[in-house]
Amino acid sequence: MFHREAGNFKTTYDSDMALFPLPLAKWAAGFFLLVFTLIVPFSMHEYYLSVFIQIFIAIVGALGLNILVGYTGQISIGHAAFMSVGAYTAANLAVKLGLPFWLTLPAGGLMAAFIGAIVGIPSLRIKGTYLAIATLASQLIIEWIINHTPAISGGAAASIEVPRPSLFGYQLKSPRELYYFTLFFVVIAIVCTMNLVRSRIGRAFVAIRDQDIAAEIIGINIFRYKLLAFAISSFYAGVCGVLYTYYYSIANYEAFQIVVSIDYLAMIIIGGLGSVLGTILGAIFVTALPYAIREAVNLVGGYIWDTAALSAVAASMKLVIFGALIIFFLVVEPEGLARLWRNIRNYFRVWPFSY
Amino acid sequence: MLEELGFAISLLVSGASIGLMYALIALGFVLVYKATDAINFAQGEFVMLAAYAGALTIAATFGASIAGAVVGILVAIAVMVAFSFGLERIVLRPLLGRPVVAVIMATIGLAAILRGLPPITPFGAQTKPLPLPISDLPIDLGFATIPPIQLLGVIVSLLCLGVFTWFFMKSRMGVAMRAVADNQQVAMAMGINVERYFAIAWAMAGIVSALGGIIWGSMLGVDTQLALVGLKVFPVVILGGLDSVAGAVIGGLIVGIVESLAAGYLDPYVGGGTKDFAPYVLMIIMLMFKPYGMFGKRKIERI
Repeated sequence: MFHREAGNFKTTYDSDMALFPLPLAKWAAGFFLLVFTLIVPFSMHEYYLSVFIQIFIAIVGALGLNILVGYTGQISIGHAAFMSVGAYTAANLAVKLGLPFWLTLPAGGLMAAFIGAIVGIPSLRIKGTYLAIATLASQLIIEWIINHTPAISGGAAASIEVPRPSLFGYQLKSPRELYYFTLFFVVIAIVCTMNLVRSRIGRAFVAIRDQDIAAEIIGINIFRYKLLAFAISSFYAGVCGVLYTYYYSIANYEAFQIVVSIDYLAMIIIGGLGSVLGTILGAIFVTALPYAIREAVNLVGGYIWDTAALSAVAASMKLVIFGALIIFFLVVEPEGLARLWRNIRNYFRVWPFSY
Repeated sequence: MLEELGFAISLLVSGASIGLMYALIALGFVLVYKATDAINFAQGEFVMLAAYAGALTIAATFGASIAGAVVGILVAIAVMVAFSFGLERIVLRPLLGRPVVAVIMATIGLAAILRGLPPITPFGAQTKPLPLPISDLPIDLGFATIPPIQLLGVIVSLLCLGVFTWFFMKSRMGVAMRAVADNQQVAMAMGINVERYFAIAWAMAGIVSALGGIIWGSMLGVDTQLALVGLKVFPVVILGGLDSVAGAVIGGLIVGIVESLAAGYLDPYVGGGTKDFAPYVLMIIMLMFKPYGMFGKRKIERI
């Protein structure tokens, strides 16, 4: 966040590793919290609130993926499958047993974490390419199993309708109520991630990412931490899936196909691997971009394409632009939007006396 | 009893022929990995692009005649070679020496671009035919029947296997390419132009994808769904080993036969779809026990 380094001397490790290294960072965090709790929900139209809700849900999922890919260096192309595990777990518990969301949400997360740890087992022997292919396989296998097991998927259309979450007997229905519901979880997710990555576990993850054999030699239990990374990442994915389910009040496997996994990879790459701020920026960017593309295509697309095909054109346009952005960021700015932000900040830190 | 045996044999034959056609696509993947260590997650999209090039050329020139097929194949090959060269130059060369995740993600991004392109270009999203001048009537082999297009696929696939085996074993270029694959720095010290061989490897993958695209496009019709064939590449190459030409063919055979047997015997019980599922289960088992496949080269890591 914002920096003013004069007069800021760190004399203990604790202060060096503090969540908010500078008072300014604390004020900034408080400011953003204030904006998002008080100003945004009462000044925005409901349509924009729904975009915000989707961004919040995406941030939860993307944080999970970034813990795995950005911090631990284990690639996963099966993130959406873990979301579907969480979503269907919660949906079944909520519909068949009538459990409230504060039980189904952790249950969905834990179930996803369990499945994620199983999928993570091959990561002990294989890495890089092979792991990418293995997670791709698990995406397809989980999707197939959910789709072909009526006990999980709830019948032919493989979708389960779920009532909206209720709190103390009051059902959250309006976009504003759901906005607060998701905001609550996204704040928890962000704080948890920031704390996780500066803890012993987080540093073990980074050591494994940088060189796993070396990490093993300095005494990090690779078996434990790799599985832990998969489990934690899948827990976030599961929670993200549960939030989707409650927000759309339906669990459907089509919302968790491989394209979604790629969307989440796009978020963390565009945002910045191994950066919480980057994850947030990437999630905002990737979630909001399709709306912008749709607006743009609706505005000028009628002159170029058949009007009946415009929604398909917007979907394809999204694919093309996402693909191009992924490649652009990989080639030109591998550290993503987080790096761009840091560059801007560093420029203004000493502005206007930059020499 | 005899009828059951006949059913099993026909499943085996169709599985084996489809499997060899998978091998053709997997070959493009293997060639790139062997020489450059890059993973091409866009192999299916390569095939789709080649099929589009072939289909549009055939439609624009001579139609379903021998001349049309020849022009279509040549244009598809030219397009794919140019495309692969450009890709190597613009995207993959800057990523040299970066983590393997970067290359994987770049090809995933490329795959997204290629899949998104057809509906927004003037060519449109609807399925196009790719007519080749061969008949549609199945050929009777005595114990089983096989569609001519699959027979053609088998022949092309085996030809490619022969050509590339010879290429890597005997030709000067092939030996140089093996040297590049083995150790880039030593190859460079021996006076081999490594970057040039990277480009050549991509171009060869482009040629193989063009042949695969023409055959698969002719069998399934050309639209974005054709790219899904690429998903079958992964079980094939994992079973065979990522850097083995022969492994691609044998992996292809196994995947094709497993798929066909699963579809024939399991589908009635679980309600369809085992065809897409069985190869991946096989692949996961392989990854657990023998991650480098049957013929793949083990990598020894040093710090």
